[in-house]
Amino acid sequence: MIWNDEFETLPREALESLQLKRLRNVVDRVYNTVPFYRRSFDEHGVKPDRIHSLDDLRRLPFTLKQDMRDSYPYGLFSVPLDQIVRIHASSGTTGKPTVVGYTRRDIDNWAELMARSFVAAGAHRGDVIHNAYGYGLFTGGLGAHYGAEKLGASVIPMSGGNTKKQILIMHDFGSTVITCTPSYSLYLAEAIREEGLDIRDFKLRIGILGAEPWSESMRDEIEAKLNIKAIDIYGLSEIMGPGVAIECVDAQHGLHIWEDHFLAEIIDPDSGEILPPGERGELVITTLTKEGIPLIRYRTRDITRLIPEPCICGRTHNRLARMSGRSDDMLIIRGVNVFPSQIESVLINIKGIEPHYQLIVDREGSLDTLEVQVEVNERTFSDEVKVLQTLTFRIQKEIKDLLGITCKVKLVEPKTITRSEGKAKRVIDRRPPA
Amino acid sequence: MKVNQISIFVENKKGRLAEVTKILGEAGVNIRALFLADTSDFGVLRLIVNDSDQAQEVLRKNGITVSKTEVVAVAVPDHPAGLYSVLEPLQQRGINVEYMYAFVDHYGDKAIVIFRFDNSDEAIRVLTEHGIAVLPADKIYGI
Repeated sequence: MIWNDEFETLPREALESLQLKRLRNVVDRVYNTVPFYRRSFDEHGVKPDRIHSLDDLRRLPFTLKQDMRDSYPYGLFSVPLDQIVRIHASSGTTGKPTVVGYTRRDIDNWAELMARSFVAAGAHRGDVIHNAYGYGLFTGGLGAHYGAEKLGASVIPMSGGNTKKQILIMHDFGSTVITCTPSYSLYLAEAIREEGLDIRDFKLRIGILGAEPWSESMRDEIEAKLNIKAIDIYGLSEIMGPGVAIECVDAQHGLHIWEDHFLAEIIDPDSGEILPPGERGELVITTLTKEGIPLIRYRTRDITRLIPEPCICGRTHNRLARMSGRSDDMLIIRGVNVFPSQIESVLINIKGIEPHYQLIVDREGSLDTLEVQVEVNERTFSDEVKVLQTLTFRIQKEIKDLLGITCKVKLVEPKTITRSEGKAKRVIDRRPPA
Repeated sequence: MKVNQISIFVENKKGRLAEVTKILGEAGVNIRALFLADTSDFGVLRLIVNDSDQAQEVLRKNGITVSKTEVVAVAVPDHPAGLYSVLEPLQQRGINVEYMYAFVDHYGDKAIVIFRFDNSDEAIRVLTEHGIAVLPADKIYGI
């Protein structure tokens, strides 16, 4: 099923001409309303009227997360506050949060794109959508909520936390769709089993999971444990929130990015050069319709590649491959680039291992050390020490085979790695700052 | 003839062993024999208790990883080469000892040794054939 047939299946040529029209409009708008962009375009010697084709986009400077911080709180807003109807902010893990504002039309567009996303995931009117994304400054909760209402589904505004209550309501209210982070969905599955409940007594069909990178093997695990189709959704508050891109249930391969609203480029994160189609690099997004805080060539720091081949679902919008991580989640250990998701994929492929893990990075002398902590459970535990040691050697070897670095594997007692009700904290980096 | 042993995963950290024994103590579980196999990061605590079902249940309830294994309790002659007289026939029949530990108590003039064999049934048969006493479970739990 397709929510908006006209726009989601627009022939490429028409889609690209719509993009160009919208691009010229937004570039003109930010130049005239946002002092930051006027200054930055001027410094690069480019005027809005230089944009004649989509290819001309590359002439424009990037917008960085730091630019948003420097403009805290409202510096990048393109309209006066009396037109802003909602303000969200991203969790500022370092320093102040990043602030975004939405006009009424932004909120409408967001609901439209989330409704498209729900339908692409296989949801429809009549579904009971259990929204376990956090409500509040975080965009996840309200973003999914408005989309679910627009779709005409029955939305339960659960928000995060209170797992026992989540399970009770999911069971008694007959929730059919759950929206949360992938790690929380596994945590729920574990909690359901611990309560002695049978997943077959639940009506869950679909999980729409995002806000953190996850792997294909984690998908298999979630689908098996919760007996659902697990769909990857992508978004970031700077651009809009959830619903920037989503997998279709038809292919479950790559996330359609709503190209009538967003222009995607893939660049080499080091040189800033645009990469040939299909190559892996950093995703850069230009918002084409945003009014509150339009962004030009925003560097998302997310690593992916474009899948230009047409999709079987009939949508013409290009797909992004599953994000392999955020460039700032990437660890550099002894000179090797390591994404936590790579280690996760090793662990999940070993039978019996729970995908609860934590990476401890430290430095001994001048050498980086990596410790992978993995929880033991009754399936992996043995009364024979050598069986447990074989397990740790196997994990160590598979990580070495994949990444070329030797790590220490430490088996820890169950439930000792903190469970997250939002985004999982996978990495503890104890190295002194450079 | 086999004896239930429970094994517990314990991380090498302060107070962990005390915690495990406290849980068992509060549940009225009495420890008959124990052995700790350790590595630098973790240990496997093997216990023979008076009520292994009860022990397993309370440990699980406290989030501790526990498994149950069948082991064999053998009365070993308490004199030089006593242990050899037990191991020799087993070795001849190709039965491996995965691990073993001695019991704190005695059985008459014999020492009690707990064995984990790769093939318990065959081991019990061989030992019995050779007139070596294999102790019944209730004898061990009730000591």
